[in-house]
Order: sequence, then structure tokens, then C-alpha cells
Amino acid sequence: MAILKIPTPLRSYTNSQAEVSVRGANVAEAMGDLVEKFPTLKPHLYNNDGNLRPFVNLFVGENNIKDLQGLETPLDENARVILIPSIAGG
Amino acid sequence: MANKVMLKISKDALTQIHAHGEQAYPDEGAGFLLGMENGSRDVQAIFPLTNSREDSARHNRYLITPNDYLKAELEAERLGLSLIGVFHSHPDHPNRPSEFDRDWAQPFFSYVITSVQSGKAIESRSWRLSEDRSQFIEERIQIN
Repeated sequence: MAILKIPTPLRSYTNSQAEVSVRGANVAEAMGDLVEKFPTLKPHLYNNDGNLRPFVNLFVGENNIKDLQGLETPLDENARVILIPSIAGG
Repeated sequence: MANKVMLKISKDALTQIHAHGEQAYPDEGAGFLLGMENGSRDVQAIFPLTNSREDSARHNRYLITPNDYLKAELEAERLGLSLIGVFHSHPDHPNRPSEFDRDWAQPFFSYVITSVQSGKAIESRSWRLSEDRSQFIEERIQIN
């Protein structure tokens, strides 16, 4: 199972866990498994149309998935996925 | 919730937040609140950052990049603290959150907004996103 690192503001939805083990052959499946395990997290990560919110950044190792294959980026059993929010406002 | 939540912050930290907002003026300035949540929420340090939005948008938008987020998280860990919120300034605008603030807000975090009028920091207020993301709820600031 891959490890998904959770940022501080979302840890109250993962029973304070900073890292969660997730199943999935790619990033999309891993994120799906995450919100299946912790359903109250979903509205903070996904829009109503089912797309990831724009502030969600996902890295596999040190690489942003935007520079890889996006949500289709494959994960191996030892993959480490890091979720980091862009912090923005006006 | 509005009457129960509170953010404790030292006068020194609040002074630093105001100074950062004044230095950034007429752009928005921003950074992280570092502290602990132990019954109450206490700001123990701040981590000011450079506004990463493009030049033309910095007067009414701010952005903290993932790299800066990681730097702040490492600094919090080094100090034995956690990231507990974000501060930013509203140049020549009231210290109420905008719709854009709400769209981009993280749950849990305290959002301290400082109104900077004509280059002078006037007042800060703090807000938290409601659980359904529909609104910000103000929390009282207690200055220690």
C-alpha cells in the first residue's frame, strides 16, 4: 500500500493521522481510497462536480503529479504521496 | 461555535503581523501562524512569507506555494509547534474574508485578516471556515 501524507489542516478528518496507508494503482485510486476511508474529508478535497479543488497539490516522491501523468500517475507498493495545499486568498 | 472559539496571540506576534502587512502594502502580505491547540488555540510564532502571486494581482490576492508550505511545516516541527492558521492583509479594504478567501480556505485553520489603510495596519480579526464550507465564522482574538 502507498503512504499518503496529510497536511495539518486536514488531520482532524483522519483521526489526527499524519500519514495514511491507501490502496490504488494510481493517484486517482489512492485519493478515492482516502476519501472512502475518511468521508468527511471529501468536500474539502473535491468540488461538487467531483474534481479536485484547485488548491490540492499532489506529489509522488518529490515530483508534482502535474509533471508526471496527473491523476493517472501509477503508484507502486512503496510509493509516498504527499498532499500539500496551495494557500491562497484575496 | 462563534462564541466558543478563540485565538490567543501575543502582542508581539500581532505586532509582527501588522508590520508584515505594512511592509507589503499596497500588496497583500501573508504567512503562517504557528502554535498549539491544547484546549485553546495559541499562536506562539509567525512565519511571514513572500506573496507568490504575479505582480498585477498582488494588490488583492495572495498565494503561498507548496514549497513555502513545506518550509513553514518544517519550521513548525523544529519549534515543536504546528501550523494552526494563516494571516494576510487587506490593503485599503475591511478585514472581512472575501468569497475568494472562502473558496480557497482550508478547514481547521484560523485566518487572521488585517486591514491596512493607507499603509497603516488598523485592526485584525480572525475567522474559521464552517464545516460545510458555506461561510467563515469569526473567532475572538485574545491578545496576551
